[in-house]
Amino acid sequence: MAEGTYPAGLRYHHEHDWVRTEGDEAVFGITWYAQDALGEIVYYDPPEPGTAIAKDSAYGELESVKAVSDIYAPASGEVVAVNQDVMDRPELVNEDPYGAGWLIRVRLSDPAELDALMDVDAYQAYLAGLDG
Amino acid sequence: MSGAQLRTPLHARHVALGARLAGFAGWEMPLLYSSPSAEHRAVRSASGVFDVSHMGQLEVAGAGSRAYLQSMLTNDVTAIGPGQGQYSLLLQDDGGTVDDLIVYALPDRYLLVVNASNTDACRQRLAERLPGDVTLADRSRELAMLALQGPTWGEVLGPLAGPSPFDLDYFEITEDAVAGVPCLVARTGYTGEAGVELMCPWDGALAVWDALMDAPAPPAPCGLVARDTLRMEMGYPLYGQELSTERTPIEAGLAWACDLEGGGFAGAEVLRAQRAEGTAERLCIFSLTEPGIPRPGHGVVVEGDRVGTVTSGTLSPTLEVGIGMAYVPSEVAGADHDLSIDVRGKLKAARTARRPLVGTSPKKG
Repeated sequence: MAEGTYPAGLRYHHEHDWVRTEGDEAVFGITWYAQDALGEIVYYDPPEPGTAIAKDSAYGELESVKAVSDIYAPASGEVVAVNQDVMDRPELVNEDPYGAGWLIRVRLSDPAELDALMDVDAYQAYLAGLDG
Repeated sequence: MSGAQLRTPLHARHVALGARLAGFAGWEMPLLYSSPSAEHRAVRSASGVFDVSHMGQLEVAGAGSRAYLQSMLTNDVTAIGPGQGQYSLLLQDDGGTVDDLIVYALPDRYLLVVNASNTDACRQRLAERLPGDVTLADRSRELAMLALQGPTWGEVLGPLAGPSPFDLDYFEITEDAVAGVPCLVARTGYTGEAGVELMCPWDGALAVWDALMDAPAPPAPCGLVARDTLRMEMGYPLYGQELSTERTPIEAGLAWACDLEGGGFAGAEVLRAQRAEGTAERLCIFSLTEPGIPRPGHGVVVEGDRVGTVTSGTLSPTLEVGIGMAYVPSEVAGADHDLSIDVRGKLKAARTARRPLVGTSPKKG
């Protein structure tokens, strides 16, 4: 599998989730590190559109052949869309975690929460500490 | 897992292939190389090779060995002669399962292939009543083991071995050289596909592995995750999941591997009584009829009541639905009963089935 990639311009949560803001909405997904740790992803259990989700709380699940992993919300808001393509082809999260493998689109209730998240440099330093 | 883990003779090959390694029964074993579902499909459609050198080999020899094994193992050992193997179980006196195993009859001895996690327990159980004319030796650290599984196994092995492996019927065993290394070659495995298991001296395993990988159409290296999903599709039990000292072979649906008519093996009376009177619970195999993946520990629910517990579960790479096994009340353990599985708080509809869940047989080829 390719080396890890961490795009600039995203905000990162310590549970290995990313956020990309688009106006007052945001797209959530999991990082390269998270998909690599989970391995080949075979199932995505998303929240229903309309669900309110809270920062730092689990909003869905991804499963590999062997393990289940909760997905944590990096920010609070209301789910406005779920990536149906990932429900049909969960391996998209492995193949393209920042693109086709996005998980949900959210209308943020408190965009200021994003300020507390890491930028790419801080996240990569955080990862380096985990591998310590 | 802490402390030094044991390594198989193929450890450096696994690392070089980029395997994800993890502790299993005290051994550092490859869980997967890249994609467990691709490894799984390779075994179903072509071939794959598994390093199962962690498995235990116990050698039983001496004039009284046949009678002794007949008194300890559930299946009828007298039904096999040299060159034949048999699936069997070793029980506690109360019928609880110490291990499931394959016993091979060789010209001058018996070889029991046991689970890595149970090698010591099997050795201790067998040693308890060992007669004076029987010897018991643990060869687990001397014999490496590779499982070459899948419909193209013969094409892979053909150029590397003599003709004798290709004359074997299912569960038969022979001695042959593979890539110049003396091997025991058995037509066995735990994937549901045709194939062979190769046991060779520890220091010969690298040469056998490398020769297999140099084949024109080499087998896919496969890890323990694919081994697990392959056996689940077949409904094969795994010790520690479906089998334990708390479960008897009758509950696990393994009466076919128990000589209940004539057998005087340890635990036989308990099993005979269970077969006559029935058991409260039995192992079932099921498929989900909606999206979701059952996992060990999930509850089985019938009409709102939790009635059982999932012992193994996964997403079937072949069927692409959630599958699993569970102990449930015997009246719903047969095929075609509707159940629900409590997948972390969400009830998922499931239906019991017959084994195997996939249309394949290890007896072909």
